Amino acid sequence: MRESDIHINRVDWVTVLLYFALVMIGWFNIYAAVYDGQAEKSIFDFSINSGMQLVWIFTAIVLITVIMVADHRLFENLSIIIYLIFIGILIVTPFFGKEVNGQTLSIGFGSFRIQPGEFAKFATALALAKIMERPTFDLSKTKNQMVAFGVLLLPVLLILLQPDTGTAMVYFSFLIMFYREGLPQRYYILGLGFIALSLLSLGIKENIYIVFGITALVIFLILLGKKSWQRIVAFSLIGLGAIAYSYSIDFVVSKLPEHQQNRIMVLFNPDLDPLGVGWNVTQSKIAIGSGGLWGKGYLQGTQTKFDFVPEQHTDFIFCTLGEEFGWIGSLVVILLFLALLYRLVVMAERQKTRFSRIYGYSVISILLFHFMINIAMTIGLFPVVGIPLPFFSYGGSSLWSFTVLLFIFIKLDSSRAQQLGRIN
Amino acid sequence: MNDQRPVVILIFIFLIGAVLLTKLFMIQVVDDSFMKKAERNAIQRVVDHPYRGLIYDRNGKLLVYNNPIFDLMVVPKEFQVKDTTRFLELFGITKEHLIESYNAARKYSWVKPSPMIKQISTTDFAKIQDFLIDYPGLFIMTRSVRSYPEPIAAHALGYIGEISAGQLERDTLKYYSQGDYVGLSGIERYYEKELRGVKGVKYKMVNVRGIDKGPFKDGEYDTASVAGINLTSTIDRELQLYGEMLMQGKTGSVVAIEPKTGEILAMISAPFYDPNQLTGSDFGKTYTRLNRLETKPLFNRPIMAMYPPGSIFKIVQSLIGLQDGILVPETTFACNRSLVACHNHPSPVNLFGAIRNSCNPYYHQAFRKIINREVSSNTFKDTEIGLNDWRDKVLKFGLGSALGVDIVGEKGGDIPSSKLYNRIYGEGRWKYSTIYSLSIGQGEMLVTPLQMANLAAIFANKGYYYTPHLIKAVDGDPSKIPAQYRYKNEVGVDARHFDLIQDAMAEALYGTANRAVIKDLVIAGKTGTAQNPHGEDHSVFVAFAPKDDPKIAIAVYVENAGWGGRAAASTASLMIEKYIKGEISRPALQEYVLAGNFIY
Repeated sequence: MRESDIHINRVDWVTVLLYFALVMIGWFNIYAAVYDGQAEKSIFDFSINSGMQLVWIFTAIVLITVIMVADHRLFENLSIIIYLIFIGILIVTPFFGKEVNGQTLSIGFGSFRIQPGEFAKFATALALAKIMERPTFDLSKTKNQMVAFGVLLLPVLLILLQPDTGTAMVYFSFLIMFYREGLPQRYYILGLGFIALSLLSLGIKENIYIVFGITALVIFLILLGKKSWQRIVAFSLIGLGAIAYSYSIDFVVSKLPEHQQNRIMVLFNPDLDPLGVGWNVTQSKIAIGSGGLWGKGYLQGTQTKFDFVPEQHTDFIFCTLGEEFGWIGSLVVILLFLALLYRLVVMAERQKTRFSRIYGYSVISILLFHFMINIAMTIGLFPVVGIPLPFFSYGGSSLWSFTVLLFIFIKLDSSRAQQLGRIN
Repeated sequence: MNDQRPVVILIFIFLIGAVLLTKLFMIQVVDDSFMKKAERNAIQRVVDHPYRGLIYDRNGKLLVYNNPIFDLMVVPKEFQVKDTTRFLELFGITKEHLIESYNAARKYSWVKPSPMIKQISTTDFAKIQDFLIDYPGLFIMTRSVRSYPEPIAAHALGYIGEISAGQLERDTLKYYSQGDYVGLSGIERYYEKELRGVKGVKYKMVNVRGIDKGPFKDGEYDTASVAGINLTSTIDRELQLYGEMLMQGKTGSVVAIEPKTGEILAMISAPFYDPNQLTGSDFGKTYTRLNRLETKPLFNRPIMAMYPPGSIFKIVQSLIGLQDGILVPETTFACNRSLVACHNHPSPVNLFGAIRNSCNPYYHQAFRKIINREVSSNTFKDTEIGLNDWRDKVLKFGLGSALGVDIVGEKGGDIPSSKLYNRIYGEGRWKYSTIYSLSIGQGEMLVTPLQMANLAAIFANKGYYYTPHLIKAVDGDPSKIPAQYRYKNEVGVDARHFDLIQDAMAEALYGTANRAVIKDLVIAGKTGTAQNPHGEDHSVFVAFAPKDDPKIAIAVYVENAGWGGRAAASTASLMIEKYIKGEISRPALQEYVLAGNFIY
């Protein structure tokens, strides 16, 4: 007799509890965001978003059940097919999807619509896990790097066609998983240096300071190591390249579409245009900042209630939390996210198959990226990017895709005893 | 090699958490500017302006009330009109006005209301009220302006206007804010604290489009406004109205006082203006126009104009002489015209005769006795001592400094002391012959019409007065008026000395002011002529009546109208008759005053 594939006592209940805690807090916050003191509608009212979110939560539970009763081998075996199906959907979306504000994000029939860009994340995670699981797959080899980046960049290009820059950016989070799987460290050092240089070049008007800084750093690095001609030439070339880049970035930015330029400039100077481009960030910071230590109390927020913050039930849902529950509320939610991420790292490291571990780190990468960028943009640490806060933001596609993403990993983790130890 | 990488990733995760929490701590806990910004965003402080107190006359008739006026406001964002022709017809405006006001509103704000039609009357408001609902973005804002059922007593009542920057700065209690209306003159200013009431404040929440979302915290911090206190004026509306009719087209003052209380029954400054002109949105323009007029209608003559008292001052001289024992009723002097000019009358005269005939030489000689009492063998010194001693006695009659009426801007007039003459002539270089003009109320002496009316009240009261005032009761309670108006001022002359004065004044009417005589109503009066170096003399008359139980004391000044017995005496007599009898029995005299031809 075949053993049942559901292993209730092997399910990581800590993760499941953290998931439900975040989903419920999110649901209460969505009600607060759309609450209208004069309308007196209940949180269960289907005519407002909190009622609808409840529907998404229940359907998410159905999805969880399906995932938990399915055979754990299914995901590994179907991973490439799932990936290809979503690539196919992403290809047809611009042609058959519904266009809103120049973007074609969703596809479906009638009122049932999904955003394939959201679901393609877990499909890509599955495909990468499948491809990278081979024991011979070594990310320090150029050929393997090309394959991995190819699988990653295909959906990115298709999403950029919609165009949805925010969602496309999320795929860069797989670099965290790549790091765990052995992508050489120098790429990250170069990448972080590149980002730091970009920010400094944009933030500091006088490029001459950056030239001095780079020159000093190059000299310091040359003096630090052995003084061979090759090293000196290599470092000098990198330094010159950095200086050239620093001068060219202002030019590059000026070639970006205007709304993206504005989003970047507002980051450096939020007072630039508080009623125009800076409006979102300014109002979002006012809402969160006015919460104080303890917050104004549930449903007592004024900034989010009265529509000062745009997109408050979706991408800016954190404002409602910050305003009504203050720093303490923010602390609790951020600690819940950190606990979840920590738990997922622990779980990923205990996997016996490379497939499960790679998938687990993909989940960590995506959740961390969303969590980091979403909250950072609401408090003015990052340009405004339209990506949701996992489990919090209103929306079926968003909740479902994060649920599926997470619970496939919980499923894989719960059945790890049955998997053959192939880990290297 | 990959063994540390999970640790690096964990460190990265917690580093992100720490950065976010630190930044959140900075904006939520450390920096409190966001709370203020949030309040500015969503909480609107709406001031609830109280109704200003009303002012009634002494008989309970309304003098000042608040009239609601309606402004049609437009919110450009919400404003929609489908049928423009019908709209223009309904609201009674031209297409140009509609376009112009709409553009002005858009320029001001897309979401905040601006006026489209200002000051809609109550009847027009009733007409358009029902149609307003068809036009989104339009609503009516109600304000109130001061209104006057009769266009009278403008100077006494005063006006209100927007608070000035200077007044705002002096308002240390921070009651007022920019754009508030305050009393700027007259009763409105003096009783500002009583009339203004207490402002209320409502905190309401608004959303990003400025739409009202209800009271903040269920109105926990709201306060209701308290209407201003109603005042009862001492003014008699009918008398004031009648007096203004008589003074129409003339320049001068009429002040009537109830002697027993100091209550001002009428206070007229001619030329006057309609107080309804200085209300509402045209205040600034009208004020500038009135201020530029050569006739100075804004100048409040009864308290601001100063004239030499003239012959009327002889009564004060008589009283001081009697009280000091320098004069007795039997004191007789010859009408020696070599001292000072006089007119034909029997000579010599005793005190009674001197008042009745207004004999100048009599007072020249009497005043010398008052001044030079030989306390010092040095004539110059003796004069100086005598003058200052005399001056102290004159000041007790409420002359020489402002009486303290309850309107701002009162002038004090002037009674000279030795300082003035020392300054002009040098110490020890002037004596009686230098200052004798003072004996007949001329020279370096100035009084206001109000002080003159108060003198009449003193004569009527036989030696005391209550400071003249315009408010009889605050909130219906007479004891709430300022305490100084309930204080009896003694002038330092015994009542018995007034009998002769009163008799002589009653008698004088038959000599100098026949026109003022009323059958079966004994008026005691005295004519005066204030010399005017610029033209015709000013006609002056003071009186009180009835002589045995005075109900009214009055001073009338008609500028450039010549001798006191004509314009001023006639006007005073008509006022007295109007007040005491309620009707005029001498239409011919009224016609004579209205015609205004006093020089012949």
